[in-house]
Amino acid sequence: MSDKTQIHLAAALDGAGWHPAAWREPDAAPAARLIGAAYWLEQVRTAQAGLLDFVTIEDGFLLQSDEFASPDTRTDRVRGRLDASLIAARLAPLTAHIGLVPTVTTTHTEPFHVSKTIATLDYVSTGRAGWRPQVGALAPEAALFGRRDLPALRVEDLAEPETQAVIRELFDEAADHVEVVRRLWDSWEDDAEIRDLATGRFIDREKLHYIDFTGRHFSVRGPSITPRPPQGQPPVVALAHSSVPYAFAARSADVVLITPPDPDAIAPIVAEIRQAQAAAGREGERLLVFGEFVVFLDEAPVTALARKERLDEAAGAPYRSDAPIFAGSPAALADQLAQWARSGLDGFRLRPATVPHDLDGIAYGLVPELQRRGLFRSGYAADTLRGNLGLPRPANRYATAAA
Amino acid sequence: MTDSGKPLKQIHLAAHFPGVNNTTVWSDPRSGSHIEFESFRRFAQTAERALFDFLFLAEGLRLREQNGLIYDLDVVGRPDTFTVLAALAAVTDRLGLAGTINSTFNEPYEVARQFATLDHLSAGRAAWNVVTSWDAFTGENFRRGGYLPQEHRYERARSFLHAALTLFDSWHGDEISGDENTGEFLTDPEPGRFTVRDAFFDIEGQFNVPRSPQGRPVIFQAGDSDEGREFAAAEADAIFSRHGTKDAGQAFYSDVKGRMAKYGRDPDQLKVLPAATFVLADTDAEARELAEAVRFQQVSGQTAIRMLEQLWNRDLSGYDPDGPLPESDPELGEHTVARGRASVRMHRDPLATAREWRELAQAKGYSIRELIIHVTGRQNFIGSPRTIADAIDDLVQSDAADGFILVPHITPDGLDQFADNVVPLLQEKGVFRTEYAGSTLREHLGLHPLPVGDSTARTAAPEGATA
Repeated sequence: MSDKTQIHLAAALDGAGWHPAAWREPDAAPAARLIGAAYWLEQVRTAQAGLLDFVTIEDGFLLQSDEFASPDTRTDRVRGRLDASLIAARLAPLTAHIGLVPTVTTTHTEPFHVSKTIATLDYVSTGRAGWRPQVGALAPEAALFGRRDLPALRVEDLAEPETQAVIRELFDEAADHVEVVRRLWDSWEDDAEIRDLATGRFIDREKLHYIDFTGRHFSVRGPSITPRPPQGQPPVVALAHSSVPYAFAARSADVVLITPPDPDAIAPIVAEIRQAQAAAGREGERLLVFGEFVVFLDEAPVTALARKERLDEAAGAPYRSDAPIFAGSPAALADQLAQWARSGLDGFRLRPATVPHDLDGIAYGLVPELQRRGLFRSGYAADTLRGNLGLPRPANRYATAAA
Repeated sequence: MTDSGKPLKQIHLAAHFPGVNNTTVWSDPRSGSHIEFESFRRFAQTAERALFDFLFLAEGLRLREQNGLIYDLDVVGRPDTFTVLAALAAVTDRLGLAGTINSTFNEPYEVARQFATLDHLSAGRAAWNVVTSWDAFTGENFRRGGYLPQEHRYERARSFLHAALTLFDSWHGDEISGDENTGEFLTDPEPGRFTVRDAFFDIEGQFNVPRSPQGRPVIFQAGDSDEGREFAAAEADAIFSRHGTKDAGQAFYSDVKGRMAKYGRDPDQLKVLPAATFVLADTDAEARELAEAVRFQQVSGQTAIRMLEQLWNRDLSGYDPDGPLPESDPELGEHTVARGRASVRMHRDPLATAREWRELAQAKGYSIRELIIHVTGRQNFIGSPRTIADAIDDLVQSDAADGFILVPHITPDGLDQFADNVVPLLQEKGVFRTEYAGSTLREHLGLHPLPVGDSTARTAAPEGATA
């Protein structure tokens, strides 16, 4: 055992992998299997064999598109997906240690439903649930619900003040959404169920709390219909690329995923997040910062590079991503992660370019390399996701208020 | 064959994991958690061992209150329906997985996605009990708040269901080719395209879940009103009813099935499934004794007063449950005492019901508690395994039902006795499966496979024949 700071690792699961031509690889799951429980179970079992902290499951209400803000008519890409929170629930009884973090949109969903969904995921996984809230900023997505109009968004307008105002508004709503979800998780104290035969009471209703949230976007009375989940507060994981989402993560998340392109970019982002965290009144609270990579892994670096080229050719364009791309050997990736971690990161979420190849590369190539360097666990230390992330089980805000 | 020469009907059985009412005797030491997944797993695996058609979960989106306080005498709290059903799909292989999902506090796109997902993750075992509500009390937990005029709720529910059916049907099942050599993943550049425009919804785009194994979840309906029955006759694959006795059951059965012809539907394609409680013992006499004891456990003195308040619509906490009924009449008008509870709405004529209850109490010398024990929720089936098997079979063969949704009073193990002792007798009679013949819930229920496009065709032309 080493006293070096341990790196946390997560895998981001989506379709056949993150490269658009991943589904065409010889070892890829047949297209018909991408929608179905067995394929997901294989992936999460691989991630668990690699002792990863958690997997995230991507989601969205729109059919996937290569365009930024509109549907496309491509026929050469993976299209169609299942609800991520239900995939996670389907995997929970068949896994034992790994955290399950589905993506759930905040913009078009009810905080009350999301709260009990994640709480219940925490019950069916006995303490391994997390949640990645995601903003849905696109007009075509709003049209699926017909409840609100969002302006058409263009990638070239992202820096414009009007566009920034829309985005800020959506993230404000997301922050309210997370706040309501968190309050609802706390709306039952842990020992509210008493089953007291003498008085005939099933619960002590003094230990149930109306959350009475009133915001600009919605009001929610509470309490939840679902008791406080096993972890108390399942970890909230936020992906952030700029100041508005950094502030959202600083206010609302337990883990923030960032995409610095090089190690020098890490410190300024972390500093901005810490400052926002203090501004949100969370100074000293543990907020883990993870970096992101898309990974192509082969023992011989040239093989990884050649594979990326071959995939790019099949896809018709060089693969680009919001996250930095790594193509090389597991040992080289281990060195790179160690170096980046020293610049201020607690861990990494890795996006396998293809599945199963690069997910196997993470679990069976990278992880042993990190273990050899004394940077990664040799076994799960805890049964809960919070436990493995080193997050204590939080006190209930309402119990504290009453005490 | 029966004596009348009619072929024997096959019985359908389902298990309802009890919700938050006084059916569950939580004070019994055998009573387990209503939240931990282990309880659901055990309950589901017993139902599957017994070859039941499906497991059913009810829903309530606000904790019940009485006299302005959270109701604390019954089980309180439940997990999320979709999430539990998806997890149960992992620990069962054939059992249908049915849940109530409210059409008032959800949006069609999201619900359709969740059911299509559940159907994929369970390989064709999902079912949706479409319910509708209108109370502002529950609405306080949601964005829209509360709200729907009562007369619009079935209209909106139908619109909601039609929107969801349109989404389920927006993929035809042949869009994904996945040819890695040519690079063609999709045969259709715009799969899942849909538009729904009516008085309640204005939505369009592309649905993003490919067609699920059953095409859509099996559709259940539970309302007993005239609109509810019509809705079921037009749209549903199964209807939950409250009519467990022979006469009432037969009347309901023929009424609902009689409404189907005008929608071009075969009466066999709507299963009538009353909810039923049971008390089993070695002999009928023991079962009767046990049933009485269970009723006393289900209705404590406090519970009796609370249930009386639900009819009287005012605070009766000063009354002695072992004493006589109140002399005064119920408060009429809006229910203010008990909130978040469907049963209060069943008291359609509180004055008449109060009069009946008083007369009965006087004639029998009942206290408040004894009266409530006798007028609410008596068990449907009480007896030895043989007696119960005969009763169930008789009700099904005489067209009072197509089967039953059983609700045990002990969770999660209350179903085991039924599985071990009654199911074998039904199998001996040749009226219940000895193995699952199919893998999907539609197959278990004897529902015809859905041709692609069927649901929208029927929606568009309710008077026409099905495809």
